[in-house]
Amino acid sequence: MSGLRFGYGINRPRAIDIDSNDLRKSNEILREMPELQTCIGCGSCTASCTAGNLTEFNFRRVHTLVRRGEYRSAYEEMNKCMLCGKCRLVCPRGINTRGVAMLIKRKLGDF
Amino acid sequence: MKPKVVIAGGGAAGMAVALRLERLGVEPVIVEREERLGGKVRGWHKLFPTFTPAAEVLDPLVAQIGRRGIECRTGAAVEALSEHGVKLASGQTIEADAVVVATGFTLFDARRKEEYGYGIYDNVVTSADLERMMNEGAVRLADGSTPRRIALLHCVGSRDEKVCQRHCSKVCCITGVKQAIELKKMFPEADVFNFYMDIRMFGAGYEELYREAQQSYNIHFVRGRISEASPMINGRIQIKAEDTLTGRPLRMSIDMLVLLAGMRANDDNAALAASAGLALAPNGFMQSADPFLGAVRSPRRGIFYAGAVTAPKSLADTLAEASLTADAVMDYLNSVQR
Ligand code: SF4
Ligand code: SF4
Ligand code: SF4
Repeated sequence: MSGLRFGYGINRPRAIDIDSNDLRKSNEILREMPELQTCIGCGSCTASCTAGNLTEFNFRRVHTLVRRGEYRSAYEEMNKCMLCGKCRLVCPRGINTRGVAMLIKRKLGDF
Repeated sequence: MKPKVVIAGGGAAGMAVALRLERLGVEPVIVEREERLGGKVRGWHKLFPTFTPAAEVLDPLVAQIGRRGIECRTGAAVEALSEHGVKLASGQTIEADAVVVATGFTLFDARRKEEYGYGIYDNVVTSADLERMMNEGAVRLADGSTPRRIALLHCVGSRDEKVCQRHCSKVCCITGVKQAIELKKMFPEADVFNFYMDIRMFGAGYEELYREAQQSYNIHFVRGRISEASPMINGRIQIKAEDTLTGRPLRMSIDMLVLLAGMRANDDNAALAASAGLALAPNGFMQSADPFLGAVRSPRRGIFYAGAVTAPKSLADTLAEASLTADAVMDYLNSVQR
């Protein structure tokens, strides 16, 4: 009867809690590439992303979560990125998104 | 004899129309409800998007009104009007050859959004309060300390069926960007978050300022409306929202919450409209004769509009519109005199 669930399972809280998140890494990332903060969430990077069209990878969502101090699984997610640079060709804010991808991987590699 | 035009409202719109009409050979009379000229701009510290001190725009207008000897009836409210003049609340009437309605708008009362705690707990202020604090020279928390984390909330009393305000107030997005930068300049160590539903940067230089707020001031823009603010035991404020770009609920504690209060229609628009057979737009602002060629005309000949009485407008748009209004008044005066 392993399929039976009584609603007592322990779920990780879904809320992003800025107070308890460690924003050090995210601040470092924003200090190195302040242009990431100019993201307007248009989704062009995700739309053009080869990895995102073949897998669940959503680059816009991952880098937004990283900015909020949510690093869990961000590094693994970023490993789906092939650093092809297509996203950089389309970003309307002119963000070096490929550079952002590399920076996130570098900063979160030891996380 | 010079034709006489009564202008209801001595804010930026009314003053600019009066000055223009006087140059064109008309005798304008300004009727202002408050004791002083200047309207809402009087309480403002600096103007978007250039951070120009509001006094630099307002003071020359007021000074010119004095220099040109334009008649001003302050402390007098217009109760009824027609194309032949106005009736004041005192019962007095002023006859005229045309009337301009430039009575502006009312600031949304943020207490009506109880969930944000304005007027209930400390350190929840409106955008207008913040301007006043900056004018007084100090932005401080209630206990005199400096804030470490500040949130600004867009669309308070705008785009909200719950308070019967469907319209967008147009100027609060850019005000929020301006104030976020000002706060960050005052408190470089503080984190500043803007919570928005849409960012509407309609004017010249606005989008550029928004980008600068992000790039140079590291201001965090979170797309999501704060659902509630509650006081914490340590005196801070906890806010909840959805970070809609990640699809996750988000919460944090802050020291100060700035509510970007919207522009709503004056309560007495309906009575003024009824007295003169004018029409109201569904949001309660005055309805122009036509949105394109008749934006400053009412549906009634001889009655004109200027400024935010017809819709939320920036100061720059209001001042530009004032010339159009004066122009339309002149056309009308010339047509009836011949
Ligand atoms: S660089 Fe990475 S994130 Fe950008 S399009 Fe290529 S795979 Fe996607
Ligand atoms: S394309 Fe640029 S602006 Fe658009 S979501 Fe991606 S990073 Fe942000
Ligand atoms: S200008 Fe911005 S903050 Fe003001 S009502 Fe419109 S969308 Fe909301």
